[in-house]
Amino acid sequence: MGLGKTKPTTSEPAVSEQTQIGDSPFSDVASSPNGAITRPYPSIFPASISKDELINLYRLMYRIRRFEETCGQNYALGNIRGFLHLYIGQEATGVGAISVLQPQDYIVTHYRDHGHALARGLDINRTMAEMFGKRTGISKGKGGSMHIFDTAKRFMGGHAIVGAQLPLAAGIALAQQYMETDAATIVFFGDGAVNQGTFHETLNLASVWQLPVLFFMENNLYGMGSAVGRVRLRGADFTDAMAAYDIDAISVDGMDVIAVREATQEALKKIRADGSPVFIEAKTFRFVGHSYADPGDQYRERTEIDQWRQRDPLISYPKLLIQHNVASEKDISDIKSAVDKEIEDAVDFAATSPEPDLNELFNDVYA
Amino acid sequence: MPELTFRQAITHGLQEAIEADERVFIMGEDIGEYGGAYSVTKGFLEKYGPKRIKDTPISEATFIGAGIGAACSGLRPIVELMSISFALVGFDQIVNMAANIRYMSGGQISVPMVIRAPTGAGVQLGATHSQSFETWLAEVPGMYCVCPSNPKDALGLLRTAIKDSNPVIFAEHSHLYTKRGDVPEEYYEIPIGQANVVREGDDITLVSYGYGVTILHEAADILEQQHNISAEIIDIRSLHPIDYDTIIASVQKSGRAVMLDTARRLGGIMPEIVSETQQRAIEWLDGPIMRVGAKDVPWPYNRALEQDMLPDANDVIEAAQQIMTF
Repeated sequence: MGLGKTKPTTSEPAVSEQTQIGDSPFSDVASSPNGAITRPYPSIFPASISKDELINLYRLMYRIRRFEETCGQNYALGNIRGFLHLYIGQEATGVGAISVLQPQDYIVTHYRDHGHALARGLDINRTMAEMFGKRTGISKGKGGSMHIFDTAKRFMGGHAIVGAQLPLAAGIALAQQYMETDAATIVFFGDGAVNQGTFHETLNLASVWQLPVLFFMENNLYGMGSAVGRVRLRGADFTDAMAAYDIDAISVDGMDVIAVREATQEALKKIRADGSPVFIEAKTFRFVGHSYADPGDQYRERTEIDQWRQRDPLISYPKLLIQHNVASEKDISDIKSAVDKEIEDAVDFAATSPEPDLNELFNDVYA
Repeated sequence: MPELTFRQAITHGLQEAIEADERVFIMGEDIGEYGGAYSVTKGFLEKYGPKRIKDTPISEATFIGAGIGAACSGLRPIVELMSISFALVGFDQIVNMAANIRYMSGGQISVPMVIRAPTGAGVQLGATHSQSFETWLAEVPGMYCVCPSNPKDALGLLRTAIKDSNPVIFAEHSHLYTKRGDVPEEYYEIPIGQANVVREGDDITLVSYGYGVTILHEAADILEQQHNISAEIIDIRSLHPIDYDTIIASVQKSGRAVMLDTARRLGGIMPEIVSETQQRAIEWLDGPIMRVGAKDVPWPYNRALEQDMLPDANDVIEAAQQIMTF
């Protein structure tokens, strides 16, 4: 594997290593474009992951899927308003990455943020109550779907201006460097963010200042309705561009929760050891539209959506767990029932929670 | 402390904060090796080292955003902009992030950050480097905005701004850097949101801030010596929040007011003060509240054109004489 290990012997100037992990889900051989390092991955679950952890990854992904579906239903019912961007299809990415973070690590993310919030273990009731705009919401009903925060979990938002979260993450990483903590900062962003100036500026700053930040790109191939190849000069692959910043880059299959987890683990190891930034690109796909208002099939071929749906981690991953005797069919269905109940309870909690007091309008403006 | 220049007062305040609080650091373009575009941080890098004094790449959005991130997670950054006009490049970070993040998070996050920025026109820098966007930034809830007019206030407000747990825009009019003034030896702070009666008078109230106060002093002298009009001068010092009470108390005494923006007239801070004052003190007013401000065109390079665009003491005197006829 690339980071901290073999580098192609070459007389050319040193460039970032680009590693390809898990190009197709659970295949034995992963291939890489750009002539980067390839490695077989994984033939079987890595020994470093316990059975409970393997099962928990499924639980988290299923919890997010059900939470998102339920949010969609409640949006249709008028219980949730504003903009609602669902994470359906991308669960393996957020869950895999966040599963290896330590409690001291910081997370900064974009507006499609419920998945990350649940993966980090934010209270599901209070997160749902935030969707409903209730007093019991995690941001007291003042943030909404796009602005989920929980500082106790070092979950630093939920940011709704595309690319604006990148400098914030650099600053949090700067504070860790300054205070000499071993906390890493992971920042999620999509392919839409890469054409913002803050993307270049933050990569540059993080590299020049050697900030302990993990740039985690969730490349779902469409920035709202714009196919990435239509709005970016060099198409849909991003890792090779990191050589210009001298930032180590990993490409990973975002539909493969184990591959994402392994890649993130490796990136974090490097960040903690060297204090320098790492870039991960996970190719993923949202099965649904950009927001609830978008059916998602105007700018994407039905066949493309179907192909990605066939790789749905909520179908392939539990199959694999059963196949490898990690879990039984009953275990899986028990998890589903338990999570379904959790979500039902969360909706009840949100629906029965009080509206914010109108005096709350003036609170939390200033510290 | 002897008499200090405005620049020396700010330099003193910054040094004091760096020495007193480990969490304070300064970052901005060319503040280290170069010593700062206006030399406020000259010698800081040698004295305090690169951890506390950070030269940034030219990328306002990102180093402002990085300041916010650092402030969110335990530090107290002071970010220097080379010009308040450059705030436009980082406007999203200042407004959407620094000011909103506390509210959006339901009060979980605070952003103890100061953004220092030179403001003002008058030295032929042309349209892109002469603007006074403290008036735009003053509109935003979730942060404060101050603009001192003299060395004593500069130090007192800077101390408060650095200790505050909210983002503070600290606008420094570039004409003032060489202005001298007495600065008390003993430690003091000046609260944000407190206006100051800098000259007492009976016939008319003159209101401004920053370099505008210098213009008002000049106008008040002439009004007194040549027109026998006694003017009271209010330095609002803070554009957000605004201390209406001090202004209104003065207007209740004088019955007349001229309000001066050194920024362009349209979108200045004074319309807000005029509006509040007439609502709260209409029965004390002998005539309309007069406004003086820069003309509503882009800032020209040519000296004569720029001087014509700038408001000056004559404009204030003219407005004062007009209102004295009521």
